[in-house]
Amino acid sequence: MTTTITGFFTDTSVCIGCKACEVACKQWNQLPADGDFFSGRSYDNTIHLEATTWRHVAFVERGVSLSGQSTARPFSWLLMSDVCKHCERAGCLEACPTGAIVRTEFGSVYVQPDVCNGCGYCVVCCPFVVINRREDDGRAWKCTLCYDRQKEGMEPACAKTCPTDSITFGPLEELKEKAKKRLEELHRRGVTEAYLYGMNDEDQPGTEGLHAFFLLLDRPEAYNLPPAPSVPTRGVGGSWGAMALGLAGMVAVAVAASRAGGEKR
Amino acid sequence: MAKNGWALRWPALKQLSTGDLAGLGESAMTERTRTLRPRVVEADKVVDSVCPFCGVGCGQKVYVKDGRIMDIEGDYDSPISQGCLCPKGSATMQLVTGTHRTMSVLYRRPYGRKWEKIPLDKAMDMVAERVKKARDETWEEQHEKGHPLRRTLGIAHLGGATLDNEENYLIKKLFTALGIVQVENQARI
Amino acid sequence: MAECHPVGFRWVMEAKRRGATIIHVDPRFTRTSAVADIHVPIRPGSDIAFLGALVNYIISNDLWFKEYVVNYTNAAALVSEDYKDTEDLDGLFSGWDHEKGQYDPSSWQYRGLDVTPAAGHREMFSGEPRAERGAIVSAEQHDYTLTDPLCVFQIIKRHYSRYTPEMVEEACGVPRELFEKVARALCENSGPERTGAFCYAVGWTQHSVGVQYIRTAAIVQLLLGNIGRPGGGIMALRGHASIQGSTDIPTLYNMLPGYLPMPKASYDTDLQKYIEYNESASGWWSEFPKYMVSLLKAWYGPAATLQNDWCYDYLPHITGDHSHMVTVAAMADALIQGYFVMGENPAVGSMNCALQRKGLRNLKWLVVRDFAPTETAEFWHNAPEVVSGQVRTEDIGTEVFFFPCAAHTEKDGSFTNTQRLLQWHHKAVEPPGDCRSELHFAWHLGRRLKELYRASSAPKDRAIRDLTWDYRSIGAIEEPDAEEVLAEIGGYTLGDKKSLSGYKELKNDGGTVCGCWIYCGCYKDGTNQAARRKPASEQSWVAPEWGWAWPANRRLLYNRASADPQGRPWSERKKYVWWDAGEKKWTGVDNPDFIVDRSPDYRPGPEAKGIDTLSGIDPFIMQAEGKAWLYDPNGLLDGPLPTHYEPEESVLKNPLYGQQCNPARMEWIRKENPYHKAWGDTDYPFIATTYRLTEHHTAGGMTRWVPWLCELQPEMFVEVSPELAALRGLENGGWATVSTVRGEIEARVLVTERMHSFVQQGRTLHTVGIPYHWSWIGRSTGDAANELTAFVADPNVSIEESKAFSVQIVAGRRSRKRRAAASGPLVDREVEGPERDQPEVREKPAGKHGLHAGKTELTEEA
Repeated sequence: MTTTITGFFTDTSVCIGCKACEVACKQWNQLPADGDFFSGRSYDNTIHLEATTWRHVAFVERGVSLSGQSTARPFSWLLMSDVCKHCERAGCLEACPTGAIVRTEFGSVYVQPDVCNGCGYCVVCCPFVVINRREDDGRAWKCTLCYDRQKEGMEPACAKTCPTDSITFGPLEELKEKAKKRLEELHRRGVTEAYLYGMNDEDQPGTEGLHAFFLLLDRPEAYNLPPAPSVPTRGVGGSWGAMALGLAGMVAVAVAASRAGGEKR
Repeated sequence: MAKNGWALRWPALKQLSTGDLAGLGESAMTERTRTLRPRVVEADKVVDSVCPFCGVGCGQKVYVKDGRIMDIEGDYDSPISQGCLCPKGSATMQLVTGTHRTMSVLYRRPYGRKWEKIPLDKAMDMVAERVKKARDETWEEQHEKGHPLRRTLGIAHLGGATLDNEENYLIKKLFTALGIVQVENQARI
Repeated sequence: MAECHPVGFRWVMEAKRRGATIIHVDPRFTRTSAVADIHVPIRPGSDIAFLGALVNYIISNDLWFKEYVVNYTNAAALVSEDYKDTEDLDGLFSGWDHEKGQYDPSSWQYRGLDVTPAAGHREMFSGEPRAERGAIVSAEQHDYTLTDPLCVFQIIKRHYSRYTPEMVEEACGVPRELFEKVARALCENSGPERTGAFCYAVGWTQHSVGVQYIRTAAIVQLLLGNIGRPGGGIMALRGHASIQGSTDIPTLYNMLPGYLPMPKASYDTDLQKYIEYNESASGWWSEFPKYMVSLLKAWYGPAATLQNDWCYDYLPHITGDHSHMVTVAAMADALIQGYFVMGENPAVGSMNCALQRKGLRNLKWLVVRDFAPTETAEFWHNAPEVVSGQVRTEDIGTEVFFFPCAAHTEKDGSFTNTQRLLQWHHKAVEPPGDCRSELHFAWHLGRRLKELYRASSAPKDRAIRDLTWDYRSIGAIEEPDAEEVLAEIGGYTLGDKKSLSGYKELKNDGGTVCGCWIYCGCYKDGTNQAARRKPASEQSWVAPEWGWAWPANRRLLYNRASADPQGRPWSERKKYVWWDAGEKKWTGVDNPDFIVDRSPDYRPGPEAKGIDTLSGIDPFIMQAEGKAWLYDPNGLLDGPLPTHYEPEESVLKNPLYGQQCNPARMEWIRKENPYHKAWGDTDYPFIATTYRLTEHHTAGGMTRWVPWLCELQPEMFVEVSPELAALRGLENGGWATVSTVRGEIEARVLVTERMHSFVQQGRTLHTVGIPYHWSWIGRSTGDAANELTAFVADPNVSIEESKAFSVQIVAGRRSRKRRAAASGPLVDREVEGPERDQPEVREKPAGKHGLHAGKTELTEEA
């Protein structure tokens, strides 16, 4: 396939926490509201990614200052739009026994709703707790990286609507270059705590890198992200999804597994 | 993608032919997945619009099929918004197509405890009669010192900032001709 | 700005990427603060002290832009020798009349000008029309060395001399280092090479000194040379899609379209007098008669002739303040029969909701138009005073009509955005059911009324009979043609119905028709200019072919100031409009806001009249003297210079002056509208401020029913600091009851360090943050913040004070939903407190509807 691999780069240093991404996602994908729940956790009332919430904005109130920011007392408010990471090595994809989850030509991980039987194996195999089942239909759902839109060359809804371009969409390699430049710029301006989360295999061997990666300003746990996520199927020597397929598939998995062998946690 | 012959749709062969050796890619895709398209390609027309919420004036594109709105999103061409919308603007489709909208005229009688549905034309007639009556009863031709007044303080109006310029114009034109001076809107609130 | 205008904030973040410094001054740490370089928490209601200190910093450190200030502002003008400053009178200006409780502004005037109004001509100084359409007086005596103690510059220097960094600490609770950091950043980013901009949302206007807040920002920006230049200015971020349009084509009592004043009963008794009082001898307002005659021709058509003064006497006349709160008070006094409310929800969004609802209860009939019945439409059902048993539904006699409205996607029309840009939205689908546009409603109501009055020969009915009302009807629902209405607004010649290209083509002989002169040209060449959508990527960064901006499609007002007096750009970086000496005309990236062939060298002779009085260095062409006003000699009711006054209900004594509050503020002395003590009220010891959240819109009519938004902010809450929570035993996620003497509400509690405690005058001051979107109907509900607020207003524009007042907060759901408007003040107590006015104003009985404006009724005097 000649299609370019695409992804998201989410630069939290310019996120204003407006939640336009959450709504634009629901609008495009016609997802229902999760329910009205006042959490008391800053301005976050949707709390986490869900089967019907495919973008979620985290609001982190900290009693420490951000470098380069002057305030009356040590305080900062970190805002971050979370999403499915579309891992280079995806736990959900490898765990799916029905072949419902596929890797698209854009490199994204897509759940086919007409195949998914709601077994839930993928749910426990996601190191980011992204994918989940909908209570009303039992099937597993998550961000599609707007697979339908991408097929017509359209930008995913969240990235399109993002007022400050905190979420950017594009060819993954270009995003990586852009992210490195942005990181350099922030470091140059003294925001030394900024770093890139999950951009490459080297940064995050447990996922082999994310197709939706982030620029963060505090340690991952502050944003409710795992510091060293690892796909559970790594090193197991195979995957349910692959095993359900034919012989050619088995061979391929063996090849893949031998490459990944010896990295068991 | 699906241009190959039927034989190549057979999963094992397909995996080989497409290089999808793990069987986690195209060979596992269903017909629905292969033919998936964004719904807006089905639109009969795309209408240029403007976000109805705040005063920034972001551009919107309204996608319509069979006389119904199928999608509303930002307009890349707008020098103001370049395709962006805030959460409210992004929810515009739900605002205009949601089930919360009332579709008929409601009437509450004096001292009544509930709404009643009444026809639009009848309601318009009733309002026109009440305007005439209130105006005629409260007309002030002159101030006690002889200055001209030519007005009524018996009727007032509020609202305009959420309406179109043309609507504000007709409201101001009509109400001024009727001598209604207590015309106000959100600008003072 | 990030909270309420996220996409507008897109450009702030773009500026930050390019190296701009973002400064956020706000009582709370908001989404804007989260990404700003500097966040300054400021005590609510103390902004003039902060801005005044910037003025002082700029002048005392000699950082002002001299060439700009001397040439483009009234800094050199000499003021009357009778002028006394707040420095001399402990917080009052000269001219304060203790008997009347109002200012006589004659001592504020320019020297040598006899503009003292005749006795009783208060309305001439009411400021409302005048302030909104530019000044009509010019200074005659100047000192261009700026050393005369009574030149504007020296008056300002002295007036703000006590606004020091130490005073900022005391008045605003802002540490002086933080203030100085802001002052340095602002000054370093202003001058020929750089510009700084002020952006505010309209909460800034919601103070009893709101107009003067904006004026102080204007003084700062003028001293730094930041007006009329790219990247400069003061940007009002307005909250509704066409709030600018509804001000330009005003659904406002005191104006006709295009900021022409509404006729006043005692002065504007005929057209000649109206023109005499409102026309300016110089500057652009000298063209006034052309605008007025063209409007009257648009409205009364063939009936309007030279002989009958173009039907001027069809117009109603005002006799004082008929603004919203005055009207509601009259309503509560059962003086109004019928009320139209269209796309607004005053039972939630306006001050003292319970008094609003009392007004609605005392109507004969009410018409509400919205998407679904709002609290304003259902005030008779489940309102707090009905729930508490203070009022019974079956005792409410108001007849209510609810009409469902069409959405913007179901009608053609234009919005004017906050930068004066008209943008057309096209109809996409038919409105469902009986939903109709307001255009449809107004037109069909008008047709019915014309029919009802058709046979009348009474003089009072001539205006409605002669009103031009023939618009093309479209489709089965008989929608009037919105483009035809726009064409009338944009103007055409009467003979051949040729669209006008701009207001310079308007005539005073009845030959032109124009519904709003500042919009003249919006239908140029018979084309809907507002519907232009040339992609931004295919034109210059100014994007002149996207929509249409008034006036004359000009994107930046007063842009002649972007060039130096000789007509050259101040710098290459900030090049915008300049004089082309070869072509002998002004040119640039925008439409020059100047007489296009007026050379920078031009100076008017003594015989010059009208626009010929504007010299080549007079960028502010709507001002009679062509200069921006640092000092306002004529037009404001509460003083020529902004002065720090405390809110009506404060927690502190005014640290700057003996005078506590704006002496000229509007108060309503009514039992439904009791006030707290001026300061130090131990029953209401905390500061309250109200505001909006990104996830909801104003009074909630467009968001509280929308599930995707409701889940993001599902119910009413208040925000408090951990310190206040500890002091009052409030738990995060638990309940609190907030009260004033006017009403009580309950809400969830959000404890957050984003709320700041201020240490001032030896006390720790706490703020309760109260979003105001909610009330009892919709998917997402909660008590309304405005159940707490009072009727009290800025005297110049009658805008209320809701951003700073005092409250009590206790833990738990203790609200019994009591309301002062239903049964008098919640707490029966003597309000003998510290005086707001110093010296005390001689008390007069409350005027009509309890209104005191500067302790005097705003209606005509003998």
